[in-house]
Amino acid sequence: MSNPILKLDNVVVNVNQNTPEQITILNHLNLTVNDGDFITILGSNGAGKSTLFNAIGGNLKIDEGQISLRDKNITHLSEENRTRFLSRVFQDPKLGTAPRMTVAENLLLAKKRGESRHLTPRGLKQQMAGFAKLTSTMNNGLDERLNTPTGNLSGGQRQALSFLMATLKRPDILLLDEHTAALDPKTSQQLMAATNDRINTEKLTCLMITHHLEDALKYGNRLIVLQDGQITYDVSGAEKEALTQEKLYSFFSDIE
Amino acid sequence: MNLVVSAIGQGLLWAVLGLGLFLTFRILDFPDMTVEGTFPMGAAACVSAISHGISPIWATLIAVGVGMLAGLVTGLLYTKGRIPILLAGILVMTAAYSINLRIMGRANLSLLGKSTLFKTRFLQSLPPYFDSVVLGMVMIAIVTLLLVYFLQTDLGQSFIATGDNEVMARSLGIHTDNMKIMGLMVSNGMIGLGGALVSQNNGYSDVNMGIGIIVIALASIIIGEVAFGELTMNQRLVAVTLGSILYRFVLLIVLKLGFNANDLNLLSAIVLALCMMLPVFQKKFNFRHILKRGLDTNE
Repeated sequence: MSNPILKLDNVVVNVNQNTPEQITILNHLNLTVNDGDFITILGSNGAGKSTLFNAIGGNLKIDEGQISLRDKNITHLSEENRTRFLSRVFQDPKLGTAPRMTVAENLLLAKKRGESRHLTPRGLKQQMAGFAKLTSTMNNGLDERLNTPTGNLSGGQRQALSFLMATLKRPDILLLDEHTAALDPKTSQQLMAATNDRINTEKLTCLMITHHLEDALKYGNRLIVLQDGQITYDVSGAEKEALTQEKLYSFFSDIE
Repeated sequence: MNLVVSAIGQGLLWAVLGLGLFLTFRILDFPDMTVEGTFPMGAAACVSAISHGISPIWATLIAVGVGMLAGLVTGLLYTKGRIPILLAGILVMTAAYSINLRIMGRANLSLLGKSTLFKTRFLQSLPPYFDSVVLGMVMIAIVTLLLVYFLQTDLGQSFIATGDNEVMARSLGIHTDNMKIMGLMVSNGMIGLGGALVSQNNGYSDVNMGIGIIVIALASIIIGEVAFGELTMNQRLVAVTLGSILYRFVLLIVLKLGFNANDLNLLSAIVLALCMMLPVFQKKFNFRHILKRGLDTNE
């Protein structure tokens, strides 16, 4: 089980480099993600959670350090090329789907994530039955709206779709950036439960940023806390099981 | 009658421009000013090639090629050079003016006595102005069918996704920069084709024939949308052509009202501005409802 899949060594990210306003967002951060890990990430605003995801996702160049996937150095791999093994769901429902394209068209795009795309017919009809089955697992009426432009969906349906799109083609690493934060409590809980189901059945390796202590404790096998660009707390397995909200609260008040 | 046939013919020939601009303006969702340079460039290349004895078909293809090159330059400036698209287009448009003068060797080049696509025996045997209707229809059919096929391929879907949501497209591994460059190339290639067709139809090429082109192309897109409302992607492509023909009828009516050809650019701009403001009017006066009622009573 403890088979390292993703490794961040000494990763440094600065903003406004070489100016008086230089701020270090990630400060010599080290993280090893094992195959099958479901890691929840906590941290206050500005701790570097989103920057961490952007560094892993490749839409942010790191200033120092190395990122490797299964011992292969991917530090300089472009964002587009990292999508072959990596997928992510954004916090903002608008970012994850193409609004003028239909649900089915969006799924089809996601099915070919990271592949090169040619002048071959897209073959949407053959996929419709599979898409209907897949979307029905979300239990939110998405399966009845396969031919609806995603711009007309509710936020909850959009995020559910974004999540399905991220996992439709199995990623080696799944990044969830507070993907339930923009939803109402009930929808948020439904999506979180569906997320957990799918991650467990597909045995996905996942990193999830959350602001809900409850979710951070309830889901996943490992919990890390990010503070000032470094990982200050990292528990997994039985130790995480034993963790309570009170303990986490006291931990947070200790460092502040 | 001749005027109506001529308007349809012109509408069909100019529709190629509308379709070209549709790819950038509507699908990639940015205004590409390059077209003001590529249209006369296509015309210049085509007319020069024909006057050097190259066959009209090859000359037309050369016009497509130079249009694509201009689009490539804009695309590289925009994506790799990080120049804002509006400025990148204006730069290439400005540079194109000099290049067009170089291509033609002077400001105006005539095709008098030279062969063109319109001078085939079949097209010449038709009643007046039907040559542009037939050739325009053939060209529009070819271009539209190619576009319909392209947009339904994996590549075409990635192209649409790039314009629709770039962040998502990149997160799915779509190389959005390449998509934009490709879109600008195909779009400007079609504008170059438009320039070649219009110049052969007019019988000359002029270095100033690009002024106001973007407004004409936009007018076909917008009029098509205003007239036909919510449509699927394929229907929208056809609506551009119909919009282009409608626009020619609007011009015809305006000229009949006593304006002259020098007023055309002003009138085009006014027509386009009115059409683009229609949603605002509609909200205020429920315009479409009134229009519909008016049309119903006419029938």
